[in-house]
This record gives sequence, C-alpha cells and structure tokens, in this order.
Amino acid sequence: MESVLLPSHESADIRVGSPAVNAEVATPVAVAPIIRVRGVVRDFGAVRAVDGVDLDVSGGELFGLIGHNGAGKSTLFRMMLGLLAPSRGEIRIDACPSTSRGFRAVRRRIGFLPENVVLYDNLSALETLQFFARLKGVDPSGCAALLARVGLAGTGRRRVREFSKGMRQRLGFAQALLGRPRLLFLDEPTSGLDPEAIRHFYATLRALRAEGVTVVLSSHILAEIQDRVDRLAIMARGRVQAIGSVRALRERVDLPVRFEVRVSAADLASVREALGHLPALSVATNDDHVAVECRPDAKLAVIAALARLGDRILDLSVREPSLEDVFFGISE
Amino acid sequence: MTLAPVQIAAIAGKEFRDRIRNRWVLAVALVFTAFALVIAYFGAAQQGAVGFASIEVTIASLVSLVIYLIPLIALILGFDAIVGERERGSLDLLLSMPITRLELLLGKYLGLAAALTLSTVAGFGLVGLVLLANLGANALFHYAGFVLTSVLLGMSFLSMAVAVSVFATDRTRASGLAIALWFFFVLVFDLLLLGALVATGGRYGGEIFPWLMLANPADVFRVLNVFSLDEVRSLYGLSTVFPEGLAAPWKLTLVMTSWIIAPLGIAAWRFER
Repeated sequence: MESVLLPSHESADIRVGSPAVNAEVATPVAVAPIIRVRGVVRDFGAVRAVDGVDLDVSGGELFGLIGHNGAGKSTLFRMMLGLLAPSRGEIRIDACPSTSRGFRAVRRRIGFLPENVVLYDNLSALETLQFFARLKGVDPSGCAALLARVGLAGTGRRRVREFSKGMRQRLGFAQALLGRPRLLFLDEPTSGLDPEAIRHFYATLRALRAEGVTVVLSSHILAEIQDRVDRLAIMARGRVQAIGSVRALRERVDLPVRFEVRVSAADLASVREALGHLPALSVATNDDHVAVECRPDAKLAVIAALARLGDRILDLSVREPSLEDVFFGISE
Repeated sequence: MTLAPVQIAAIAGKEFRDRIRNRWVLAVALVFTAFALVIAYFGAAQQGAVGFASIEVTIASLVSLVIYLIPLIALILGFDAIVGERERGSLDLLLSMPITRLELLLGKYLGLAAALTLSTVAGFGLVGLVLLANLGANALFHYAGFVLTSVLLGMSFLSMAVAVSVFATDRTRASGLAIALWFFFVLVFDLLLLGALVATGGRYGGEIFPWLMLANPADVFRVLNVFSLDEVRSLYGLSTVFPEGLAAPWKLTLVMTSWIIAPLGIAAWRFER
C-alpha cells in the first residue's frame, strides 16, 4: 500500500502552510478514488475554514483525518457529505459532484456518524433505526440484526433516553451502517466508548474494510488510530499539511527514535562512555538511566552497540515517534 | 422536482408520534375542551343567561377564544422545528440522508399540523357532542365549519412558526420572533387598523380596510365565522365595514390557504439557501 505515489500534483514536497500543495507521502495508487477533493475552499464570511484542499481516498481504504479543533476537519466532512457547498473547488464522491442533484442517490451508499450523535429520546432503539431506515429507503426488517452487530442486542425496545453515552454512540454507529453503505464518514466515532467497545468498534471497521467499504474517520485520540488507518491527512489552519501512511509520515518528519537504557549506578559512567561514540543525536544520563536519541536510520547501529554492552544493561525500552509526535512535528 | 412521499411520511410520522408520546396532543385537546365548554355554557352571561343558548352566541364566544389560543399554540408548536434540530446537532444527520431540504420541511410541517389538527378536532369535537345534544343537528353543521376554520387558522400560524424556525439562528431568537408574531397578529394589528381609521376620521382607508384585514389570518378567521351567521354578523357589527362580496366563504378560505402556503414557501426558499 505504500509503494507508489499519486500523480505529480499531489506528490509534491511537504510545504507546511502552502494551500496549493498537499504533502503526499508514499500514497497508494488511486485508480478510481471514491472521494476526490480538488482545490476546495470554504469561507464563512471573512473566515476561511478550508483553504485549498486536494485529497483522494481510494475504495476500501481506512482513512484518518486529524487536526486541532478549528483545523477545518468538520467543515471538510460536511462538504464531503454534501451538507455544505464549497466556496471554490469541487468534491466528487463516487464520481458524482457533491453539489449536484444526483448526489441524493449517492447518499444512499453513504453512512454518517456525526461527532455529537443526537438521537430522539422519545423513540426506542429499534424505532430509531427504523426511522432512519425509512429515510434512507432501506428495508427496516434488518434493524434488529444491526443492533446486535454493534453490541446492542436486547435493547431494541428501550427508549433512547435510557441509554448511556456509549450506547447512544453504538446506536449512532448502527444508524451509519444502515443499507450496507460503501462509504462511511465517522466523526470522532469512539467518543464515549469504553476500551472493550473501542476494540469491538475497530474490529467491525476491519471487517467492513475487508468487504470493500471505504471509511473516513476523524479522531482526536491519535494513539488510537495510528495503527488502525491505512493513511491519514493532517489538517491545520484549513489546509491539509500532509497525507500518507503513519510510517511514511514518520520517515518524512524524521523525528528521533529514543532509547531508554537502565543500568546499575556503578556501570553508569562506563556505559555513558561506550555509547558516546554512537551516531546518536544525543546521549544523556540521569540517575540509573541513559537516554539515547538517534535518527531512524541509525537505529540498528545503536541496537548493535547496546547488544555489545551485555549484562551491564538491566532494562531497555525503545520509543518510536508516535503519531502525536508526527502530528505536532507537522502541524506546528 | 419530484418529492419522495415515503421520506416525507417518515418525518411526519415521527413528529406526530413525538407529540402523541409526550402527551402534547392530549394536553392541548383538554385545554380546548375545558375552555370551549366553559365559554359555550357562560357565553351568553352578558345577556343575563347561562347554558347552551344558541349556536350563534356559542360560536361568537368561541371565535375570540380561538383567535387568542390557537395562534399561540401553533407558534409554540412549530417555532423550533428546524432551528431546534440545528441547535441540537441532529440536522446534519437528517440532511445526510437521501432526503431534500424541502422534503424535510414538508415532513416536519405535516407531522406538526397533524398533531395540531388532532388536538383541535378532539378538543372541540367533544364540545360538539354536547352541543348536538342541546342544540340539534343544524347547530352542528355551523359548528363543524367553525372547527374546520379553526384548523385552518392553526395551520396558517404553524406555517409562520416553521418559517421562523428556518430564519432564526437559535431557539431563543426563534421563540422571541414567535411571540412577536403573536402580539402583532392577535393584539396589535386590529388596533393599528382601527387607530388609523379613527385618527383619519374615516376619511382615508375605508375602501382598503377590508383588504388589509385579509393580511391577517386571525381576521380572516373572524370574518369567515362572523359572516356565516346572521346573528353573529350583527353582534360584531363588521358587516358595515366588510363588503359582502369579499366575504364569500370560498374566497376567504382561499386567502386562509394562501396564509398556509406562502410562509411555508418562503421557509422552503430560505432553507434551500
């Protein structure tokens, strides 16, 4: 998935802050992107919420959209759903412009879970799904099975007002799955879910992805999505600052790998000296620890040097740059 | 432009069911029944009598009740139809469905209109049964006309309320606008007309006075009911200022229908923007 770059207009170098250029890093070939965003700008009065975004998402991809509050994610989401027209540029979903009359038919193939899912307290869980099924033109008879799929089996007759936040979130997810959509937009989908439910949620997403469903999700919990998305886009100040797989973005940002080496106090000085000749960016000691930071391409040399220290090393931990590090490295 | 009846019915059904479940329909029907019974029984008290006197006096008394009550209830019912969904954050989810904004608006309106109609018909219908027992079947014919025009009045103010809910940016502003509309159409409008007429000594505006009354659905309702019964017409004294040709029930019903369609049309236009 990471070997071929997109066409040249999307594969330019990272230029943080440039509205015209997206930083596309080792992106899969988009033979027929299900989402195609070109030069999209959205203004609210004098405020530019989205500023020249280009983006392609391929069919069957699990795509993440991350950014600070106010980065433009929600506005981009709303435009991709056809809820908001771009001030400039064009968005095509399944080759259909999001502002065209024909987009209504496309919506039947889209599932959407908003950030703050608001359902109707007076309706039961089953009635809620049946209501949205009718709106979507879907046979409501499959609603009970859908409840079971999101872990809400046996709650169909309960009113939504009795549901916890996590249960509402699951019900919202079930609503998004109505009609077997080919494209899912999930805005902060794990908000309010407990760890077990989050695991279940991502297992469902993996199963959907295996069926060819394209998923676009936004999240503030970067640690949660870093190993779960195929690619992601980092947004800041209305612009896509970088797009690519987490690994490719890590390489591009070139953040250091950090080793924490625990040694006995007696060995501290000798270990410090032995590691001093490494191609490391920094070596620092602290009580019974030696902290080594090196460039990713020097990682193996550092490990080899540490191996030579033998039993003088009591413990070792290696910390690769997290998505959070990458995010701050790019967005700031 | 084709409308999808299934989607409209789904929205309308949900709105209607909401009002049934939270007992809104029951509460409003009970209010109508209680007020209507009291007013119908004591309506002729000024003439020194109590009891169900005549259908003319009963309708004359009920017209005043309806002009105050139904617009208020309709405005309260519909003022947050759209702005409420927007403020709660559920509007985006609804609009992400394969449904147009017009279908959503129509579904909302029809569901709320059905709830208002049911409570009006049920509330006044109970009183109708009492009148049938006391005044006979002929009285019921006039009373049915009164109930029907009450429903139309409610639907016209509901249409205005839905328009308010589209234009307003939040629920607080929407409620303020709804109250302002009620004050204007129910309390201020006639006062202004009358004031202008008196201030000019009746020299100006005499001809356009009845036409101006058509610009207020509450007045249209009043004239519709007043002109249908001779005794009531003289009771109100309106026949002196309102030409009989303009007071034809079908014409006034047409005006009332326009008062339902026009605000809804403006709301649909604005909602699409």
